[in-house]
Amino acid sequence: MNSFATTLAELPRPQSPGLWTHAWRRLHRDRVGFASLVVVLLYCVLMVASGAGLIAGDWSRETGVSFAPPSFMGPDAAAPSAEPSPAADPPGSPPEDLGIVDPLADALAEIRKELAGVSVSESKAPTLAFGADKWGRDVLKKAIKGTETSMLVGLVAAALAVFLGTVFGAQAGYYGGRVDDFFNWFYSVFTSIPYLLLVLAIAAVLNQKGTLTVILILGLTGWTGTFRLVRAEYMKHKAREYVLAADAIGASHSQRMFVHIFPNVSHVVLVQLSLHVVLFIKSEVILSFLGFGVGVDTVSWGSMLNEAQTELLLGNWWQLVAATVAMAALVTAFSLFADALRDALDPRLK
Amino acid sequence: MLAYVLRRTWQFVPTLFGVVVLVFIVFNWIGGDPAYLLAGKMPNPESIENIRRQLGVDRSYAVQLWIFVKQVATGDFGVSWATNERVSAIFATRLGPSLIVLVPMLVISTLMAMAAAMLVAYLRGSLTDRAIMIGCTVGQSISILVYILVLQYVLAYRFGWFPVQGWGSGFAENLLRYSALPIVVGVVVSLAPDTRLYRSFFLEEINQDYVRTARAKGMSEARVMWVHVLRNAAIPIVTNVMIQLPGLLAGAFLIERFFSIPGIGREVILAVERSDFPVIKAVTIYVAIATMVLNLLADLLYKAVDPRVQLK
Repeated sequence: MNSFATTLAELPRPQSPGLWTHAWRRLHRDRVGFASLVVVLLYCVLMVASGAGLIAGDWSRETGVSFAPPSFMGPDAAAPSAEPSPAADPPGSPPEDLGIVDPLADALAEIRKELAGVSVSESKAPTLAFGADKWGRDVLKKAIKGTETSMLVGLVAAALAVFLGTVFGAQAGYYGGRVDDFFNWFYSVFTSIPYLLLVLAIAAVLNQKGTLTVILILGLTGWTGTFRLVRAEYMKHKAREYVLAADAIGASHSQRMFVHIFPNVSHVVLVQLSLHVVLFIKSEVILSFLGFGVGVDTVSWGSMLNEAQTELLLGNWWQLVAATVAMAALVTAFSLFADALRDALDPRLK
Repeated sequence: MLAYVLRRTWQFVPTLFGVVVLVFIVFNWIGGDPAYLLAGKMPNPESIENIRRQLGVDRSYAVQLWIFVKQVATGDFGVSWATNERVSAIFATRLGPSLIVLVPMLVISTLMAMAAAMLVAYLRGSLTDRAIMIGCTVGQSISILVYILVLQYVLAYRFGWFPVQGWGSGFAENLLRYSALPIVVGVVVSLAPDTRLYRSFFLEEINQDYVRTARAKGMSEARVMWVHVLRNAAIPIVTNVMIQLPGLLAGAFLIERFFSIPGIGREVILAVERSDFPVIKAVTIYVAIATMVLNLLADLLYKAVDPRVQLK
């Protein structure tokens, strides 16, 4: 056998590139898709570096004054804490005041004064690279840490959901009959409840925050889309000749399902995986914003947006912008990458 | 046709049973004894004991499931744990405000997205098409939370064009004054994903043979697009909107929450925050039924407008 293989290898034969080589070449040619792949990989590096504690490990240290403005705006941009006057607005906010009296201005100025009185000390920086939050924590570091949390949730939950969808879809499509009926019933039950409602219901019951909880909620409810597509693929493939040939050489059901058929449907799974990462990152942000998501000791884009909600009324826009830009860049890149991946793996669709 | 409707309706039974069992597993089995949740939230222990007796917590799961099935069958989900209001009364009063916001929002966003989608599908492959599609991808990747926060801050708080939030008592006041900004936000949020989806529906039709035939007959481009293509592409669009509707009823919770609209979505969020299980259970069951019914209606509509569709 071995000598036969070596003689085969020695023979000069035309190399025909496989599916993945073709796909890689198509992806490489697609400039938008390739650029978004680079962005996604950069985010992955950021996530790993942050997870390993190389960067932003000290995000919770209160390094600046409360609501320290971004450095490029200068320290004067900070609202002078002692004067509860309209001039306290940072110059970054729109200058035209349309004569609307801010009903909260006095109360907010009070709070601002108190906060500044408590937290300002000599060692705290008056400005930070991209501003500080209420406690003087660096917004840039929070955004990096939030990237870690949100990406981790998105990737792991998507892996779980796509895994479940693939296993269920493979069983249903391959065996057909009763098994198919059962999984279809299961599918129709899950799809008749709107996705976010189901997620909220489970969040209400579990009543405990945490990254793992969010991953489980999203992963256990989000498998339906993958199931439908994978089931259709398996139905198509199970009667093909190569599967019949595998049967003839004595491959078991599970071998046929996962060793023979799976590589031929894996492009569907891969595209589903990247689409679900985007969906789950968005869902995690909403869950964390509402307070049903990650724990209070973890920072995520959702919890940053929650803080930004009140900060915006004070004219402190930097946390909102940081979280929004960090998320929009990743999600845009991931969506464009998913599109490019689909075009590269299945050129008929274009 | 009637046989098909009856068969589909009959198929509701196992699905609905599955939903009931799923909700039961989530709330009674995973959720456990409500006494742990409600301790500290309810003033007197008797009312907690009362709830436990109504749910049959100390009896077997089969009995508890039977109690829940009876609740679903009679449509009587008892009273809210938080406000003691009847759950059916909560829905009766919250449905109106939800619809006042949702119906105009859906109509406007569907029409606008259809117009945009028809334009980019007509210009497919051009620079405009690519630019709008990339714009849609970017627009879609910004969280709905950011749209709500920024639009509410700029348009209502800064410029004062709209009330920041609130709800009145008159229909016209609610529709024109308080719903205006929520509708704007909803349209802005759904424009990008809808345009992308509808573009694919239009593209599917634009390459069909009948379009070429119409052009060969010498019809104007306007007539080809507005009459032939639009009519055919409208079918999947309308059914898509119908299928979306029940999900939106509960899914508009972010908009309803930010603008203090007393609708179903805000009720869901409040119920989740207060661990008010009867309300969440009822919403889940009702929305599941609505989803199934609207799916059936969408299929029937498909059949009515396109005789080629075979109902199986």
